[in-house]
Amino acid sequence: MVSSLATSPPLMAAQPEIPLLEGRPSDAELTDRLLTPLWTTARGWWLLFGVTALGTLWLMVTVTYTVITGIGVWGNNIPVAWAYAIINFVWWIGIGHAGTFISAFLLLLNQRWRASVNRIAEAMTLFALINAALFPLLHLGRPWFFYWLLPYPTRMSVWPQFKSALPWDVAAVATYFTVSLLFWYLGLVPDLATARDQAPTVRRRRVYGVFALGWRGSARQWYHYRTAYLLLAGLATPLVISVHSVVSLDFSISQLPGWHSTIFPPYFVVGAIYSGFAMVLLLLLPVRRVFRLEDIITRRHLDNMAKLLLATGLMLVYSYIVELFIAWYSGDMYERYTYLVARPFGPYSLIFWAMIAANVLTPQLFWFRRLRTSASVLFGASLVILAGMWTERFIIIVTSLNRDFLPSSWHFYSPTWVDWSILLGTVSLFGLLFLLFIRFLPFVALHEMKQLRYGLVQGESSRGVAAV
Amino acid sequence: MTKGLLAEFATATDMISAVSRLREQGYRDLETYSPFSVPGIDRPLQLGSSLIPAIVFAAGLIGALLGYGIQWYANVRHYPQNIGGRPVHALPAFIPVTFELAILGAGLAAFVGLLIVLRLPQPWHPVFEVEGFERASIDRFWVAISAEDPRFGAGRSARALEELTPLRVIPVGALE
Repeated sequence: MVSSLATSPPLMAAQPEIPLLEGRPSDAELTDRLLTPLWTTARGWWLLFGVTALGTLWLMVTVTYTVITGIGVWGNNIPVAWAYAIINFVWWIGIGHAGTFISAFLLLLNQRWRASVNRIAEAMTLFALINAALFPLLHLGRPWFFYWLLPYPTRMSVWPQFKSALPWDVAAVATYFTVSLLFWYLGLVPDLATARDQAPTVRRRRVYGVFALGWRGSARQWYHYRTAYLLLAGLATPLVISVHSVVSLDFSISQLPGWHSTIFPPYFVVGAIYSGFAMVLLLLLPVRRVFRLEDIITRRHLDNMAKLLLATGLMLVYSYIVELFIAWYSGDMYERYTYLVARPFGPYSLIFWAMIAANVLTPQLFWFRRLRTSASVLFGASLVILAGMWTERFIIIVTSLNRDFLPSSWHFYSPTWVDWSILLGTVSLFGLLFLLFIRFLPFVALHEMKQLRYGLVQGESSRGVAAV
Repeated sequence: MTKGLLAEFATATDMISAVSRLREQGYRDLETYSPFSVPGIDRPLQLGSSLIPAIVFAAGLIGALLGYGIQWYANVRHYPQNIGGRPVHALPAFIPVTFELAILGAGLAAFVGLLIVLRLPQPWHPVFEVEGFERASIDRFWVAISAEDPRFGAGRSARALEELTPLRVIPVGALE
């Protein structure tokens, strides 16, 4: 008995660490492999491009129809005035949080594993923000007056009212997009220089050369570049927290049961990062497979991302519990009705339970390492989580609005074909932009991968270990 | 560095030790080119101060002041409105936009400041004329001695570089 205990492995056996970079490809090999997708078109690219281009065309048609006719073509009604436009806005902008989280937060925390995934995550952020911005603009009803949202001296002598949360949104989203774009582009500059120097034709060399700004890679350039990049990361980090907090204030400063809650800012931020990681995985896994990047985006990366999904998923579960508890504990009859009756047993109860199943149960898969490192499990789970997060926004917006204080004003809401077309159209546009990105830009941060490799090799030689 | 000598090395470690040796010999106007930011090169090159943090801080401050100022002018001075009896000058309500504009100002300044400090965009530079220099962004590491270094001498500095066993030594600019 004693001997069997002694020989059996300890309960928490240290499993072998999966490396961040499998093998030690030379800098030239890394460059070649990661830039080849820029010079050749991958298998199936044109097919996906065609599908997403058609979807985008349909988006343009339905947006035009909406603008010409008016938003009466949507399912919105009174009291459900926000509906799909705001559900989709919150959903997309939430997705857009993971990019900055990965690039800025993890940079400041010195997490080296971000190097091979940050570029894709940042691009994803930008594309999600473009889609997000579309919805409030269309929801204005007369989008050609969008500039009324900005404080500019007008002959009407009317100014935006900054005691409302809606102008905060304008500032938050505009700042977030600008800073994310700068951060992404700054990270790209040295890699565009590599693309310039590796380009097979003069024309491409010129195009990449223009965008590379004449980067030479001198030590002085790197020094100031690092400073600026780190500062931008430091600036983008509070933005990750602030943007979705501001979005949540659109809801929580109102009086409506289901919205009027102090947990909203952290609850929204956590949900945003949760759905964003799911979207990063959804894009990363096919890219990894198609371009055979299993040694660069290793199972360690998948493991880390799944752990983040689990952590943010658990925080979301906590938020759900607190929301329900506070609704009951407040003793307020409207709060209790919305949370404890209308949502779980009302007309949208099916969507509520789908949300619980998708958001609460799915991340529990990631308690197991084998599931965390399985690409197919992660891909499926990401799809479910993205759908789940969309239903969460549906529940927050529609169930709170459609049954407020006065039963005589209750009204059922259902979306129209235009609502569905615009939602699916933005998914197409997102896919289209992403396809263009992986076709024309270095989608793995080359210079950071080289630095990572250098650091790993230095570490090994100083410890006297052979390459893992 | 627009004129001088370039030496090409195969690894980053060779580049770092070359710079240290040249500094020991008294060269001061040195530069390196590498495909990634090589840790440990700042000290031998004595890089240690950047204007960018100051620019970013100032721009952040300007952004915050501007953000608060616009809100104050719009909602307190020019177009005051009574919203549910709340004070017209509502400081807590003005914080989100002030914060966002501070970040916006600082973020723009980090980018524009970098371009100004580095004098980019600069599509052409004498080093680009060096044959094979394109590998500086791929897998080669270069050390340059500027012709403006007080210790610089075309023959002497070339010999000093050759002693560091580089792959090759090449002049930059019209040095010949």
